[in-house]
Amino acid sequence: MERQSAVFTVFVYAAALLLAAVILAPILWLFVMSISSAADLSTKPLNWWPEEIDLSRYRLLLSTIENSAGAAFTASLFNSLKVAGMATLAAIAVAIPAAWAVSRTSNVSWSLYAVIATYMLPPVALAVPLYMGLAYLGLLNSVFGLALVYLTILAPFTTWLLKSGFDSIPKEIESAAMIDGARLDQILRLITLPLAAPVMATSALFAFLLAWDEFFYALLFTSDLRAKTLTVAISDLAGGRVSDYGLIATAGVLAALPPVLIGLVMQRALISGLTSGGVKG
Amino acid sequence: MSGTWITTRAWLLMLPLLAVMIAVIGWPLVDTVRLSFTDARLVGTEGTFVGFDNYAKMLGGSNFQRAFITTTWFAVVSVTAEMVLGVLAALLLNQQFRGRTALRALMILPWALPTVVNATLWRLIYNPEYGALNAALLQLGLIDSYRSWLGEPGSALAALIVADCWKNFPLVALIALAALQAVPRDITAASLVDGAGPFNRFRYVIMPYLAGPLLVALVLRTIEAFKVFDIIWVMTRGGPANSTRTLSILVYQEAFSFQRAGSGASLALIVTLLVTVLAVAYAAMVRKAAGAS
Repeated sequence: MERQSAVFTVFVYAAALLLAAVILAPILWLFVMSISSAADLSTKPLNWWPEEIDLSRYRLLLSTIENSAGAAFTASLFNSLKVAGMATLAAIAVAIPAAWAVSRTSNVSWSLYAVIATYMLPPVALAVPLYMGLAYLGLLNSVFGLALVYLTILAPFTTWLLKSGFDSIPKEIESAAMIDGARLDQILRLITLPLAAPVMATSALFAFLLAWDEFFYALLFTSDLRAKTLTVAISDLAGGRVSDYGLIATAGVLAALPPVLIGLVMQRALISGLTSGGVKG
Repeated sequence: MSGTWITTRAWLLMLPLLAVMIAVIGWPLVDTVRLSFTDARLVGTEGTFVGFDNYAKMLGGSNFQRAFITTTWFAVVSVTAEMVLGVLAALLLNQQFRGRTALRALMILPWALPTVVNATLWRLIYNPEYGALNAALLQLGLIDSYRSWLGEPGSALAALIVADCWKNFPLVALIALAALQAVPRDITAASLVDGAGPFNRFRYVIMPYLAGPLLVALVLRTIEAFKVFDIIWVMTRGGPANSTRTLSILVYQEAFSFQRAGSGASLALIVTLLVTVLAVAYAAMVRKAAGAS
């Protein structure tokens, strides 16, 4: 280990403080706005810390009284959960057999690259026919329709992650079982899938986060409480004539909570996922 | 077991995925191509064949050219800044200091924050009347009066780029940090013994380990930046005076606001082509870099 001069050490700590401040300041401010009274947020000079902590907006947004701002917010929260959950399950279901096949059969692996290549298609290239198709099927403004559309993003993504997961499980374990007379479905059910369980869980969480974050398709294909997701609800709040900025901030905090918690808990898996280049920025 | 059966079995196992991909990606893409040669409207008229009219109209129009320049500017500046800040942060996080683990954990936060929440947050920070940026700059004596950061064509795009960088440079930092940790300690120690200065050490000892992962990050970030929609839509909707209207925003307006499905589709395909060219060029770069190392 190299010895560090005192000047260098001071520099490192100063830089670390600066970095921490840059990262934390906007997030803390979002939180402070959510617990400040409307009066505190509209004074000049601005109050950086509220006179009194005001949690009423959290109560308001999480209430389910009919026709309140809370009802709209909780509806969009549930829509986001439903859409992201359904899309994730469907994506994993189609990705598992495909990823296993690609991982174990080298002469079809080119098809995986074709699948991954679609991942860089801009959503605008698919949006118009998808809109017309959903309209034709009566699936506009429906959580099912949106979940179906999310497969455009989640299916290639989970296949890619699962394939690298299966690659790390030795083929030999499967061949040994086959010699012992196990059928393919038994091998997958009893050996491969249990071994791949951690990868499957990570892929599912990543997929869920992607769907939770999605905005473009949700903006196009949903129009009211029946299907509007959180991201659209928040953008409506931000772009509308809401005069209480604290309410917008509170909605932001609530929407950010699940992915931030998942991110902090799953740090290690996240970073290895990031470094294998499989994660959308 | 015979090879043909194994291949057949592989295709059978891929069937559900392929069916889904054809339904939600393959068919829409082909249909976008068909639409791009028609004057179809989003709702109602089927449209008639108009040849390359849509392409000529879109490529020749000043809207496309301006959006192309805006998009390129956004992508180049934000990705460059994210790369530089990311590598600097990674070099810092690779040093020994107290609180390093906590600081690394913090880097996850901007990445985990949903894009729309990030955009909303920065929109509030830039607010012309009660925003935190105006308040902070005024209290520090850096400005005399409040400014409308997102409301002036001169500053809106720069303000967007700052918001985008804040969310994305930590991702680059984490990728770069993982690469730095793969640099063997004895190599850096040997270069110190040999008397290499900090710059030479970075250039010749550390950079070869960083180049590959950074190139991948650069590719992914550039493609994402070129497709940018969410953050701009939430913060400015392409305004003021169309100064932040990127290509994706332009396609949205053409196809969905004005309901011109035909010309919107042609514009979407032009964007797709540009992204593909980028991706292919990058893939060649990555392969060359991989071959060189």
